[in-house]
Amino acid sequence: MIGTDARRLAGWSGAGVLAVATAVSVLTVRWGGGGSIPFAAGGDLGLTTRGPASVLLPVVLGVATLVLVVATATRETSEPRFVLLMLGFTAAAALTVLASTLPALLLGWELMGAASYALIGYRWTDPHRVASGLTAFLTTRFADLGLYAATAAALAGRTDLSLDALTTLDGVPGQVAAAGVLVAALGKAAQLPFSFWLARAMDGPAPVSALLHSAAMVALGGYLLVRLSPLLAASGWADDAAAWIGATTAVVLGAVAVVQADLKLLLAASTSAQLGFVVMAAGVGATAAGTAHLVAHASVKALLFLAAGAWLQATGSKQLGDLVGAARRWPALGAVSVAALLALAGVPPLSLWATKDAVLAAAGHRSLALEAVGLVGAALAAAYAITALVVLLRPVQDDASSGDRVPPRVPLALAPLAVGALGLGALALPAVSSRLPGEVPAEPSPAGVALSTALVLAVGAVTAVLRWRGDVLPGRWTDPLRGWLGLERAAHVLVVRPTLRLADGVAAVDDRLLAPSVAVLGRSTLRLAGTVGKSERRLSAAVRDLGGAGLRGAGLVARAERLLAALVDGVGRGAGAGSETVRRSSGTGLLHHYYLQVAGALLLVVGVPLLVLLLTNPR
Amino acid sequence: MTPPVLSVLVLLPAACAALLLLPVPDRAARVAFVAVTAAELALVIGMWAAYDSPGPGALAFEQQLSWLPQVGASYHVGLDGLSLPLVAMTTLVFLACAVFVLAEDDRPRLQAALFLALETTCLGVFAAADLVLFFLFFDLSIVGMYLSIHGWGHGERRRSALLFFLYTFLGSLALLLGFIGLYVASDPHTFDMVALAADPPLQGSGATGVLVLGAVLLGLAVKTPVVPFHTWLPPAHTDAPAIGSAVLAAVLLKLGTYGLVRIAMPMFPDALRSWAVALVVIGVVSALWGALAALAQTDLKRMVAYSSVNHMGYVVLAVGAAGLVGAGSDSGAAARATAVSGAVTQMVSHGLLTGALFLLAGVVWRRTRDYDLDAYGGLAGLAPRFSALLVVAALGSLGLPGLSGFVAELQIFAGGLATAPWAAIALLGILLMTATMLRAVQRLLTGDVGRLSVGFADVTPREWVSVGLLLAPAVWWGLAPRPLLDVLEPAASVVADLVAR
Repeated sequence: MIGTDARRLAGWSGAGVLAVATAVSVLTVRWGGGGSIPFAAGGDLGLTTRGPASVLLPVVLGVATLVLVVATATRETSEPRFVLLMLGFTAAAALTVLASTLPALLLGWELMGAASYALIGYRWTDPHRVASGLTAFLTTRFADLGLYAATAAALAGRTDLSLDALTTLDGVPGQVAAAGVLVAALGKAAQLPFSFWLARAMDGPAPVSALLHSAAMVALGGYLLVRLSPLLAASGWADDAAAWIGATTAVVLGAVAVVQADLKLLLAASTSAQLGFVVMAAGVGATAAGTAHLVAHASVKALLFLAAGAWLQATGSKQLGDLVGAARRWPALGAVSVAALLALAGVPPLSLWATKDAVLAAAGHRSLALEAVGLVGAALAAAYAITALVVLLRPVQDDASSGDRVPPRVPLALAPLAVGALGLGALALPAVSSRLPGEVPAEPSPAGVALSTALVLAVGAVTAVLRWRGDVLPGRWTDPLRGWLGLERAAHVLVVRPTLRLADGVAAVDDRLLAPSVAVLGRSTLRLAGTVGKSERRLSAAVRDLGGAGLRGAGLVARAERLLAALVDGVGRGAGAGSETVRRSSGTGLLHHYYLQVAGALLLVVGVPLLVLLLTNPR
Repeated sequence: MTPPVLSVLVLLPAACAALLLLPVPDRAARVAFVAVTAAELALVIGMWAAYDSPGPGALAFEQQLSWLPQVGASYHVGLDGLSLPLVAMTTLVFLACAVFVLAEDDRPRLQAALFLALETTCLGVFAAADLVLFFLFFDLSIVGMYLSIHGWGHGERRRSALLFFLYTFLGSLALLLGFIGLYVASDPHTFDMVALAADPPLQGSGATGVLVLGAVLLGLAVKTPVVPFHTWLPPAHTDAPAIGSAVLAAVLLKLGTYGLVRIAMPMFPDALRSWAVALVVIGVVSALWGALAALAQTDLKRMVAYSSVNHMGYVVLAVGAAGLVGAGSDSGAAARATAVSGAVTQMVSHGLLTGALFLLAGVVWRRTRDYDLDAYGGLAGLAPRFSALLVVAALGSLGLPGLSGFVAELQIFAGGLATAPWAAIALLGILLMTATMLRAVQRLLTGDVGRLSVGFADVTPREWVSVGLLLAPAVWWGLAPRPLLDVLEPAASVVADLVAR
């Protein structure tokens, strides 16, 4: 067993490594860096700090640092194995952000998925948690196959596999690349229809959720689309597809979040919904706003998951019903959480209020319908965030049992995130956003901002009143939403179960048809064997001696021999003439006679299918 | 005249095997097994360091002696960028096997002699530059593996060994037929592989070339194996001893796929182009069939055996794609060369990773005599080092970046799909293998402690070193593939050009 000291050392040294890495990343980004080494398939492993990476890299590392600091507060999450996996997860995320070529992107992207598998299933003694990890990994890896297709398209288009070159592809390769990237990113970003894996990812320890939702994995799905927004636009359809899928996810998963009774699941659904805004931004080319929203969301969501984890640790529950008044009982934790939830609701002038309006303005520039759907998503964000807020703030009933103490380092580590949650809206100010990497197709108009703000405040107020009174939504029509629309069950029924059944079928064909067919073939040709002449019998005897001397007893031996013999005998006559020619032309007799006869026989056996092939395929 | 270093490499194990037939003590035999295989590896490392790409149509470390001049056959050996990595992988696998059996008591002297002889036959196939020599080593390897399964296997070992022998021997006869076809068509008659590749005798012969190549492909398809000729593989693996399985999967299967890039592509350019679509289809079917069948297995060794069908399917897919010259979607020589490079990378990578998986299956067998995945569980806590090795090998096998399998599959899919976009369906094989490998790993390692997990001892240092020898280069070439690809890629593009003639 690991001693307490060793554990403490592991936890803090992990956080220390990341703190140094964060500092280095800030300097690297400032100086601008990059480079590449040759890898495979004519592509390099290339890294660059240009573009949105210049903003995202310090965010990824900084958030991971704070997450690891909080992780030292609990026993399980300061074990060396956990810290190492988290470091690997963070490194993969950083690699993904920095990647400038497809091989580098695949390396970071897929290692990130594998690390998430190991971290979600961290408590490996619990089969359910391990299965959750597998669900997450398989779902996202299915989407990842799009990146392999995109790589093939890049090679077919004779590029050097750099991400920037993808936008220069035209024709089929360009379409395939756009589709592949879109699918891969939607999977990681937990957009529809892939969202369900995020619910299962909740089975990991709280710091895993905090990092996975805010600055790695899910967030980087959105990042990839922001990074490759020009590719989507160049395809002529993928940009609209992304925008609409993002908007739809913001609405549907927003509605799912509103009805959750479990704080972590509420936050998970809200991650999908919030990433919907990022995906929408990438679709309409508002990459500066998309980056700003990603960064602001990272602060908000890391904070909320860490707080939820601390409460889970302290109270033993993550059910909203058990967390009533939690913000009052743990005031420091409560204060930072209230700030983050207000930002999540979109209350002005906090971070997500501003960044979301920047996205919506660009969406409206493209299509009013898109903006309208986005507004519904924003209203739902107000509803679910205020729902959680009210639960945490409501007075404690019947003198609830006092939970465990939360170590002071937790709220301390969350303080910088709270500052971000409150203030990162500055990223959407025109003076700042014009300096962010990316495009600003349309500035928010005062009228648009006023409309969305009024809507958010109204929905927030109504939600607050209803929830404060303790009203719950009627159950019948919210049940499907509470169960995440049955997406996971649908995936099981439509994909997993048929695949397993098909696999069983394939194995059965092998065991009951293909393998025994050798024997059947042997028996069915026995009659032919009966008609063969003396020389053929000698031939079969030679083969039998060779193959089965001493093993006559075994049934399979006999069958297999009979097959071989019959095969030789059956076609031997036909091959006789041919092999004779072959033998003469070799002119030596050095190679054994029977070899040639068998070889001639086989020529006929393979000849028929080959002739068919030839006739159907003239060149 | 250069020193005959390649001949020494090929023949040294057989010479030592002959010495081990003398009644030396078991202990000495075990040490000799390790010493000789280690010397072989050291020799290959030295050769790799001295290797300089010989250029199109030439071989490094070449040696030719007169032998059977009446039939145009000679003792002709040499290496190029396709064979050198496979030779290196082979020596590594045999060293890992020698270390693995250091503590075994079942006739160690005879086993060492058999495996050293087997090493010569395997190295001989890769080094051969003459079809008669190639065929000789090819067939002798079948005999060696038959004896290994028959003599040191378990379960229904006799039946499985015989099935293996008859099936692959029959396949080799088809191969011989093809070789004879090449010989007959050549003018002057020759079995020399360099000459046959330089001037393909059946070029422009239409149906004849296609039929003769068909015989060659049939022989190689049985050996590789591809669906539907793969049914000998699961029983052979299941009943073979651990090191027999490792050699069978890591090296013997490669003799089939190596024949594709060494014989089928350079010696039958236009016929291979006629077969290209069929090869891609066969590759796709094998990849998916193997992955699905693996998913359904509850026996560790059968699962790994079927995963080989999947991985070899990718190789066949890549070879087929490399033959799609000038197709509507042709993206040029670069993509086809990438596919060939991916095919050979996959051969090396599969040798390392699947070799490791079979040795780990051997670790399981030594402790419990049972491969039933459902009887285990919770080994992560009981045997952490075993678990770590198994996880690395499984992740490599499912093509995770950072390990050699990814480098192979990236090239195969990038190059293959660039020329045959409709083969993208085979991408699902990646997903199926992920599910297969991780489900198996989970059944063994996670959850409650299973019936057979009780008292499961962690790997011994010998086992650890043995498996680690195979995994180390898989990690190394996964992260930094250039040392491998710098050797391999020039030869791959030569083959891609040859097939376009």
